[in-house]
Order: sequence, then C-alpha cells, then structure tokens
Amino acid sequence: VIFGEDVGFGGVFRCTLGLQDKYGKDRVFNTPLCEQGIAGFGIGAAAAGSTAIAEIQFADYIFPAFDQLVNEAAKYRYRSGNTFNCGNLTVRSTWGAVGHGGLYHSQCPEAYFAHTPGLKIVVPRGALKAKGLLLSCIQDRDPCIFFEPKILYRGAVDDVPLKEYTLPLGKADILLEGDAVTLVGWGTQVHVLLEAAQLAQKELGVSCEVIDLVTILPWDRETVCNVSNNSPAASRLSTNVAVYKLLLLLAPRLTTPTPQQSVKKTGRALIAHEAPLTAGFGSEVASVIQEECFLHLESPIQRVTGFDTPFPHIFEPFYLPDKWRCFDAIKKSVNY
Amino acid sequence: MALKNTSLHFIKNLSRFGQSLCAKHLSSARTNITLATDDKPMFPGFSAQWTDKLHLIDPTSHGTIPVYRVLDYGGNIINSSEDPKLDQSKVVEIYHCMTLLNSMDRILYECQRQGRISFYMTHYGEEATAVGSAAAVNPDDLVFAQYRETGVLMWRGYTLDQFINQCFGNCEDEGKGRMMPIHYGSKANNFVTISSPLTVQLPQGKVSREMGTRNNGYAISTPSHEQYRGDGIAAHGPAYGMTTIRVDGNDIFAVYNATKAAREFAVKENRPVLIEALTYRIGHHSTSDDSSTYRQDSEVNQWTGASHPIARLKQYMENQGWWTEAQEKEWKQDTVNRVRKSLELCEKRLKPDWREMFYDVYEKMPDHLMNQMKMMEEHLDKYAEHYPKNYDKKNSSFV
Repeated sequence: VIFGEDVGFGGVFRCTLGLQDKYGKDRVFNTPLCEQGIAGFGIGAAAAGSTAIAEIQFADYIFPAFDQLVNEAAKYRYRSGNTFNCGNLTVRSTWGAVGHGGLYHSQCPEAYFAHTPGLKIVVPRGALKAKGLLLSCIQDRDPCIFFEPKILYRGAVDDVPLKEYTLPLGKADILLEGDAVTLVGWGTQVHVLLEAAQLAQKELGVSCEVIDLVTILPWDRETVCNVSNNSPAASRLSTNVAVYKLLLLLAPRLTTPTPQQSVKKTGRALIAHEAPLTAGFGSEVASVIQEECFLHLESPIQRVTGFDTPFPHIFEPFYLPDKWRCFDAIKKSVNY
Repeated sequence: MALKNTSLHFIKNLSRFGQSLCAKHLSSARTNITLATDDKPMFPGFSAQWTDKLHLIDPTSHGTIPVYRVLDYGGNIINSSEDPKLDQSKVVEIYHCMTLLNSMDRILYECQRQGRISFYMTHYGEEATAVGSAAAVNPDDLVFAQYRETGVLMWRGYTLDQFINQCFGNCEDEGKGRMMPIHYGSKANNFVTISSPLTVQLPQGKVSREMGTRNNGYAISTPSHEQYRGDGIAAHGPAYGMTTIRVDGNDIFAVYNATKAAREFAVKENRPVLIEALTYRIGHHSTSDDSSTYRQDSEVNQWTGASHPIARLKQYMENQGWWTEAQEKEWKQDTVNRVRKSLELCEKRLKPDWREMFYDVYEKMPDHLMNQMKMMEEHLDKYAEHYPKNYDKKNSSFV
C-alpha cells in the first residue's frame, strides 16, 4: 500500500501518478495531514504483514514522525526479541535543496536518523539508482527511509530499464577513479563533487576519486577506507609512519593487501553534504576514516557542508557546498 | 513452591498495607473523598451517567454544529439583531483591504510565473476570514498566523512595500531574506512570523486563548472529506472542553461578530474559544500547484459568484448606497497602480549582505559560526566572480 499526503492524485512531485487509477483506492490513498499518523499507520500495517510505503511530503516535515520512526520502527525487532518487526515499512521523503526552498523545503535530516540503530537510510543520486534502490528498500527486511533529492526529480536523466531490478543497499559506488583525493558525498552533492573533480583535474592536474555513499546507514566503510582488508601485521611492526612507508615499499605483501581502497590509496579525504556542519553525517565518516586510515593520511580530512544555520532562502547560493568551495578544499588538501 | 508462598505472603501483606494506607487517607481526608457507590460512576476527572443498554454510538448521532451567518448572498442582513452595525467608513475600509489583497495576489502570482519571485500563495475566496477576524480584535492582540492569512497584516497596516520586500527577500525585508515569499512577520503589528509547517502555531497560540481555524476545503489536493471523518474542526472543540463556534468564513460580518464575541468571552472567562471558519480555496494551493489536476472547474466556479466574500460585501455596500460601479472601477485601478508602483521599487532593491545568513541563529553569534563566516569571507575573496553580485554590503544591519 502507498499512502501519504496528496499521493492519490499523483503526488506533489508526480511520483505516484496513475497508481490510484491502476491499483485502486484500497492500495493508494491519501492520509490526513499528520506525519505522526502516517508513520504510525505505516508501522502498524508493516507489523501486520502489509508492504507499507509511506510518503512524507517534505523531509522538513518528518519531525512529528520522529518518535514513531526512532522509538517504534527502529526498535520493533529488537525489543520484541525478534518476534515482531516492521521490516515491511519503507518511508519515502523528498530531501535537499531545490533552489528556493528556504528553511522548510530544503532540509537534509539524515544525520538525525543515522543516530538510530535499527533504521536503514538510503539516498539515490539519480533515476537509475532510485528505481533499484527503492525496490531494494521495499523488499528489505528492515524499516528503510528513502530520501529522494527533489531537485533531481526533473534534473536527472537516466536510461532506466523497464523491468524490475534491485540495487544493493550498504554498497557505495566509485563513480570516478583517482589517486590524489577521495571525495565522498550522497544524493545531489555527488554531481557537485563530480564537477569539482573535473575542475581539479583541469586547474590543478589533480585526480580525484568520487564516491557516492548511496546508503547512509549502514554505510560502506570498505569502499571508503578498506576496513575489512586491514593488515594488522604492518601496524604492529611499527607505529612510526616513516618506517611503515618504508615497509610498504620493501615488503608490500606483508604490509598491504591489494587492491587498496580509496582513502588508503589516495591519502586524502573530503566529505561534502548540504546539511549543516556540526554533527552532520560527514563527522561520522571523517571519524571512521581517521580511525582506519590514520597512517595513510597526508592531510586533514576536509568537510565542505552547509553552515551551522537554518537553511536560508535568498542566501542559498552562499550557503550550499558548491563546486567552488569543494574545489578550494581539494586545493587545500593537496597543498597541505 | 517456597518462592510462591513467599510471594503470596508478600502480596497479602502488601494489600493489607495498602488497605491501612487507604484507611489513613480516608480518616484524614474524609471531607474530600466520597467512596465509589452504585448510583453514579465516580471515575476520576469524569462525570457521566450509567447505562445498562449496549449501544454503539453512531458518530453522526450528535448532529452537526450549525454554520453561523449574517449576510445572505444578496448582501442583506438576514437577522437584524445580528447586524454589527458597522459604520460606512469602517465597512469601506474592510472592503478596501480585501480588494487590495486580491490585487496584490493577482500581480504577485504573475510575478512568480515570470520568474521574478520564487514562490507565491494567493487568498482567492478567503479574503473575509483573515480581514474579518483582524477587524474584530485589537491591534495589540498577538496573532500566531498561518500562511493564507495575510489579510490580518494588511488590516493592521502592513504596507505593500513591506509585503513585497519580503517576497523579494531584499535588503528591506524585515525577515532579512531568510524565509520563502509570503512568510511575513511583524513585531510592530503583533504578528508572529509565519512558519511553513501547519498547525505549529496552535499550541504556541494557546497563550492568546482564541483559536481561529480556517477550513477551506482542501489541503493541497486532499479534500476535507479525506481529512476529517467527524464534523470538521469544530467538533473537536467540545471534545477538548472548548467553547466553540462555526461560521461562514465568506461572510465578513459573521466572521467579525464571531471573533468579537469569542474575544470577549476569552478575556472575560479566561477560557479558550475555538472558531471554525468555513470557506473555499478558489486558487491553487501555491505557485507549485495546478489544482485542475484534482478538481473540476465546475466545482470552483460555484464559489466565484454571489457567495464570494468580496462580491457579497460589495452587494451589501451597494444596497446601503455606499458604493457605486464608478467607485469600484476607480478603486480597482487604484489598487493595481499601488501594487505596481511598489513592485517596481522593491524589485530594484538589492538583496541583504550575505553575512546576514549567519546572524540571529542565536542571540549572540557563537565562535564557531563566526569562524564559518570568516571562512566564507576568505572564500569569496578568491571566488567572488562565481557568486551573485546584487547582495548589498553597504546596507547591512551590523557593519
């Protein structure tokens, strides 16, 4: 069942166009204007066995549903000793800057939810990813929040297969291979990072590796930091960076697994997101990178993000982590 | 077994303890407590009668709350005892306010379509709800409004310049360019800045004790019958122990009378009053909406005739001999000229200095924000060519 505000006529972004005619009002229906109710109803339906797809019209309005999602949906399986769960629940919500959304039509609240064990959080960067990821979320056995970058509804163009297909959750994509700096982002920001990488190549001759995290929770540490292939032997041999690097040269088999993944390869990292800096999801990624790749780092990890203010309307061009701010951070990183 | 006996023993003692506690309580507060008896249910905080007949109450069995009206569609007072007896100048002032709002709506809607402002919301069909209620309260009554209630501010004297500055988010905008268009606020006019999410102002507004609600038939595409299964909003009033009235929101005098009475009641009794003003949203939800995708023109057209709040008041004024077609023509043109003049000025104004974005997050800017602002300054020193130019450094409030 698909439900939420205005989904019946097709939705304010036309995502559910034609579905009510095709599947009937029993399966595609409007809810009253009540996000807490939408989430709560979705949890109940999911727990009772329905495949429930709830829509929250703007992520800026998801907060009345926060208690239901954090205290109920996320904890259903755990608190019941795995006798109940609401894995059948998927919550879709529009997300991110749109050019003129201001405080209440632009927010990216993934960080609030990332702090909640039990939830999965996914952000597609375009149409091709969106279809496969959404189908994966719907089939996934845990409650998923699927944030859809609203500016990409019209902006993104992809060749999307008509048949059904799924894309893996928890797996990041390397969109551009490079060796100097690893750029990490999700959703709309991925496209900004690709532009910044182009700029860096052109202006600085610097080759950047661009990673779309795709899933925020659980996030793919392997692709970003090479976590699972950690080599304890070398780190035990020496905590001195110079010695370690010498060992890397002399005894690669002993010290390095192949292939090296991202930050262990590049030695530099930049994470970018629209959401404000403090306690944004970039802080989690930065923390793990320094934990796992400490000896490989050549410069401090950069975060290019929205500022620590509410999302301003007329100042949007100054607020967003645009390609110039990203480019400048890349420059700082390589010149450190 | 032993454990079971122990626990039973424990429970017995607990209940004896409980009883003795009760007895103590009773003896010391005999006058305050009445023991539960068979005659009347004595559940705490509750007063009702017993019934021994099983009866599932049909939600419609309580009937519906009637809709208070004063003016018929011919502009005549139906019940003369309800005539608010407003004098000509006040009625004309009200009419001017509603029609000026209407003209501002028409022009600014087009402005958005032309890409000159980013967003707009009109009030078509709902001009009486806000203006009528504003006219009935005092200018220093604090109002916590929602969008589509601009009539309140207009009544209180907010100027066209002030409205349009906000829509452009320019350097004269009181809100300092932070909010989307139509999210007005005015400390001087005791009108709290509008927030986008709905009903957030209801718990905030409890301080004023008077809750005016507008039921305009739609929440974007969702019609009222999908929003409420019960008798609209008004039915919630008695359920919450609130004095309630439902009015025809398109009848300016009904709105005026109801609001005035509600205010008097709230002030005198120090209790809340709920007003549900029924109306119809003739326009689209906003410039991001095309309502023809979910409703028929024939439905909308039912509301654009004699029942329209502006048409109805106009008819009343004409019946009194207070308004002529010639005055109508002249005034209408006047409103258009005023809006256009203001628009011309406001559109040219620069935007606020971009640093304004960092202020007012807190009363005093914390160090980490100061730092971020400095970082952005350094960034703009190098990359200024890539950023919009019309952000006025000279007109900042803090330089």
